Amino acid sequence: MPVIIVDGQEIEIGADERLNCIEAARRAGKEIPHYCWHPGLSVVASCRMCLIETGQRDAASGKITMVPKLVPGCQTPVKDGTVIVTESQLVKDSRARVEEALLIDHPIDCPICDKAGECLLQDYHFQHGQPERRADLQPFHSRKRDVGPTVTLFVDRCIMCTRCVRFTREISGTAELMVTSRGAKEEIDVFPGHPLDNKLSGNVVDLCPVGALGDKDFLYQQRVWFLKREANVCGGCSAGCSIHTEHNQDAVYRLKPRENPHVNKWWICDEGRYGWHHLHDQARIREASRKATSLSHRGNAAATPATESIEWAEVVVKLRDDLKAAGRLAVAVSPMLTIEEAWMLCAVARSIDPEAFLALGFVPTHGADESFPGGFTIRSEKCPNRKGVEEVLALYGAGGHSWNDLLAHVTAGKADAAWITAGYPGPWIDTAAADTFADLKQLVVQDLFDSPLMRLATWRLPATGFAERAGTWVNVAHHAQSFRQAIRPPAGIWPEGRLFWNMLGRRGLYDATAVRQQIATSSPAFAALAGELPVTGVDLRIRQLA
Amino acid sequence: MTPFKPVLLEAVGVPDGHTIASYKSRGGYAPLEATLAGKQPTDVIEMVKSSGLRGRGGAGFPTGLKWTFLPKDHPGPIYLCINADESEPGTFNNRILMEDDPHQVIEGIILSSFATRASTAYLYLRYEYPQSWHRLQAAIDEAYAAGYLGQNIRGTNFSLDIYLHRGAAAYICGEETGLIESLEGKRAWPRIKPPFPAIEGLFRKPTVVNNIETMACVAQIARRGVDWFKSIGVPADPANPRDPGSYGPKLYCLSGHVERPGCYEAPLGITARELIEQFGGGVWKGRKAKAVIPGGISMGLMTESELDTPLDFAGPGKVGCLGLGTAAVVVIDDQTSIVDFLHNSARFFAHESCGQCTPCREGTSWSLRLLERIKAGKGRLKDLDILLEIGNTMGMMPGSTICGLADGAAWPMKNAIKKFRGEFEDYIKRTNPSGWMVTDPVPALQIVGAH
Repeated sequence: MPVIIVDGQEIEIGADERLNCIEAARRAGKEIPHYCWHPGLSVVASCRMCLIETGQRDAASGKITMVPKLVPGCQTPVKDGTVIVTESQLVKDSRARVEEALLIDHPIDCPICDKAGECLLQDYHFQHGQPERRADLQPFHSRKRDVGPTVTLFVDRCIMCTRCVRFTREISGTAELMVTSRGAKEEIDVFPGHPLDNKLSGNVVDLCPVGALGDKDFLYQQRVWFLKREANVCGGCSAGCSIHTEHNQDAVYRLKPRENPHVNKWWICDEGRYGWHHLHDQARIREASRKATSLSHRGNAAATPATESIEWAEVVVKLRDDLKAAGRLAVAVSPMLTIEEAWMLCAVARSIDPEAFLALGFVPTHGADESFPGGFTIRSEKCPNRKGVEEVLALYGAGGHSWNDLLAHVTAGKADAAWITAGYPGPWIDTAAADTFADLKQLVVQDLFDSPLMRLATWRLPATGFAERAGTWVNVAHHAQSFRQAIRPPAGIWPEGRLFWNMLGRRGLYDATAVRQQIATSSPAFAALAGELPVTGVDLRIRQLA
Repeated sequence: MTPFKPVLLEAVGVPDGHTIASYKSRGGYAPLEATLAGKQPTDVIEMVKSSGLRGRGGAGFPTGLKWTFLPKDHPGPIYLCINADESEPGTFNNRILMEDDPHQVIEGIILSSFATRASTAYLYLRYEYPQSWHRLQAAIDEAYAAGYLGQNIRGTNFSLDIYLHRGAAAYICGEETGLIESLEGKRAWPRIKPPFPAIEGLFRKPTVVNNIETMACVAQIARRGVDWFKSIGVPADPANPRDPGSYGPKLYCLSGHVERPGCYEAPLGITARELIEQFGGGVWKGRKAKAVIPGGISMGLMTESELDTPLDFAGPGKVGCLGLGTAAVVVIDDQTSIVDFLHNSARFFAHESCGQCTPCREGTSWSLRLLERIKAGKGRLKDLDILLEIGNTMGMMPGSTICGLADGAAWPMKNAIKKFRGEFEDYIKRTNPSGWMVTDPVPALQIVGAH
C-alpha cells in the first residue's frame, strides 16, 4: 500500500486511489485551505490558497528530496513516498499573503452579507490571515447584479475562484456564466440575454466560497448561525437526493445538497432546492376531521354538510370502527410515505379487513427524466419512494397493484371503503377520477391540501411533508436512505407514522428505527436495512446478491 | 570584432525580398526540397538538436529537445503552433521577419512540421500587425502555388496546411498554453502543467509551440548547416552542465534613448554596450545610460555599470535580471526617473495580468496602486518593502502562479528597487516630506466601519 507522509505522520492510502494532496492530507487530519478546488469540478489551481511544500522519499535509501518551491496541493497527485508539508513557515506566509491579496478588493461588508458565518474567506482569514491590513486602499462597494431568476451576484465580493463558471460548463452544461475583463478588474457575468436559468442553477450558490453569489430565495431571511441542519432526503422526485434541511424553530429556511457519492454527488436541482415552501403553506390541512353526515347522532345529513374536527386519540379508535363497519376495504399506499409508514399502513389495513385490497398510490410524473453532462439526473417520477412501497406491497402479497388497479377495483364495486394516502405537494387528482370514490360508505383521505377527492372524504386527515417525517425512502436505483425528522409538523398534525403506530396498538412514541429493524428481519428484500445505516444509505440489492 | 553579415535579416532592403522568387534566389526552399527528397523527420530533429538552437521566444528552451518530448508513434494529429503574438514591450523582431522575409519563416515552419510530423500548423499572429498579416498570407498563397504546402508535398506522403490566426491583442496570448487556449476559442488563461503541450496541447493533442524567429533559424540551419550555426555565439559553459550554450545569430531590438533604434542582427553574446555603441550609435543626445532593459520589460534592469554583460541566454541572469527574454534592449537615459519607469511597467502588467492566479491578479494591481500613490506624493518608505515583498513572492519561481507573467511583473520591480533604491527613497522623501516615515498599519476594522 502506498505510504504518504503528511507533516511527518505516515498514512496509508489505497493502492488504486488517485488522491491529490488536499485529499491525502485530510486523511491525516490536516486541512489544507482551498477556494477554487472542488472535488466535483475540474482543477484550475488558480486561487493558490492550497500552496504547500512537497517532496519525495526515496524508497531504497529513505532520503527525502523536497521540491524547491511551493506547489498547489489540488494539482499535485500523491504517490508512494510523497511528502507533504502543510505547516512550514513558508506555507503559512504564503497563505497569509493570499488572504491579504484576496481582501484587497473585497468590500469586507460581512455585517450585511448573507454568507457571514459560513464564509471561507472569513474562516481562512482567522485561521491563516494576518491581523494587519497593509493595503490602505478604498475597497469597492457591494455592487449587485442580477444574473438569473434564482441568483444574485455581489460583484465585488467575488474572489474569482471560477467554481460557478466551471459548474455551468461541466455539470449543468449550460455555460451561462463567464469571466469578463482582466486582472483585478475581472468579474463574473452572464452572456447578454442568457441569464443563469438552468435547472441546477442554485448549486452555484453552494459552490461559492464567499458571499458573491446569493440565493434570492434565502437572501436576508436568516443568519446562518441560527440555522440547525438535519440530514434529510429530498422528496421531490425518485432520485432521492441527500440534502440538509436547514431550519430554525420549526421553519425551514433552505435546503442544501448533502454529499452522497451514490446518489447526487454534491448537487441538487432547483426544483428540489426550492420545493419546501409547501410545508409552510397556510392552506395546508391542519386537523383531523370527519364528515358530519356520517355521524348518526348528528341526525339529518342535508342540514349539516359541515365537518367536525376530531381528536387524534379518538381517530385511532373511531377510524378503525368506521372502516370495520363499512366492510371491504381498499387502500392506496402513497409513494410519498416511508417504507416504515407503508409497512404499518398495510398492517393496519389487514387488521381491519384481512382481505383488504392494497395498491400503490398515485404516482405523479412530469415530463421525462432529464440528465445533465455532469451525470446528474432529474427524474420524471415526482415521488421519492415508489420502489420502497412496491417492495412493501409485495410483502403483503399485493405486489404490482397500481393506482389504476385500485380505481378499477373500486369501479367494479369490490370495495365498500377506501383509505387513500396522498401527501403530494401539488394538485394531483381531478373531479372525474375522484368521483370513482363517490359512492363508498367510507372514504379516508390523508393529504396535505384540499382536493376534489378530499371534498368527498368522510374522514379527512392531514398528511406531513418530507422534512416532518422520519423513516426510509428507496430511490429509483434501489438505494435506501434513512433520515430523521427535521422539523415538527404544524400544531395539530400527527405524522402518518404516529397514527399507524397507535392504530397498531403499539406502546410509546413512534420509533421509525424500530419499525425498520422489524421490516429488515421479516423480509430478505429489506435485509440490507438491518442495523445502523450509513448516512449515505445502502443499496437494497446488496444482501440479496450475496 | 569581425563585421557580422546579417543572415536572418538578409532580405531587409532587398527589393521585393518578401516574394518567393527573391527568396529562392537567395537559396531558399532548396534545403526543404533536399530534406523532403532524402531525409527522415528524425534527421531534422537531430540537426536542430546538434545545432544547439534555443527557442527565441523568451525562455530559451532548446528547440530540438522540445520536439523530442512529443510522444513516439502517436497516431496524430500533432500540431505545430507558431507564436507570433509578439507582445513583450520593446520587441519587434518577429514583425521584421514576417514582413520582410515571410518565406524564410514558412520554410522553417515546413521543416519543423516535417520533423514533428505535424500536418497542421497554426500561426498565431498578434492583431496589431496588419502588414505582417498581408505579407504572410500572400507568402502562404505563393507557397501553396509552388507546391511547398498542401497535400503530398513534392510527391512525398508529407502534407501540411498553415492557418493564419489573428489574436485579439492580449499579452497573455503569448504564453504558450494561453496561446493554445486562445486558439481553441477560449479565454487565454494559461493551463496548469503537467500535462505539457507536447503531451496534451491544442485540442488535447500533442503540440509544439515555437517562435517565429526560431522558425527562421531552423530554415537557416537547414541551408547553412549545423557547423555554421555553432560557429556563432557563446559555447556552453563547461563548468555548468545545465548550460546548453547560446549559439547562432540573434535579432536584437534596440529602442529607447538611443540615436538609431532598430532591429539588428548580431551573434549571441554581444554585450549591451557594444550593441548600443556599434549599432545604436550610442545613447541619444550625448547622454549616459542610467539603465538598460536586456530583453523586454519583464526581464528587469541592468545598470550602466552592468552594460558589459554579454546578451546571451545566460548573461543577463548573472546580473540579477530574469534572462535574455526576447532580446529587446531598451535604453533609459540618465534624465529619466526610475519611479516613472516602474510605474509604467506596473501599469502594463496590472493591465495585462490575465487574472487567474490570486498572487498575480492582486499583486500587480496592488503594486500599481502603491506606485500611483508614490507618484502622487503620498509614498512611504515602507511601501518599497511591500513592493519588494510582492515582487519576491509572486511568480512561477516561488511557485505562486501558473505562468511566468507574474515573474515578468516582479523582475522590473525587484531590479528597480534593489538597484535604484536610493532614487526611490529620495523621491519619496522629497515628495512626501511629512509622511514618508509613517509605518502605521491600517487596522482592518477601520475599513469595516466605512460601511
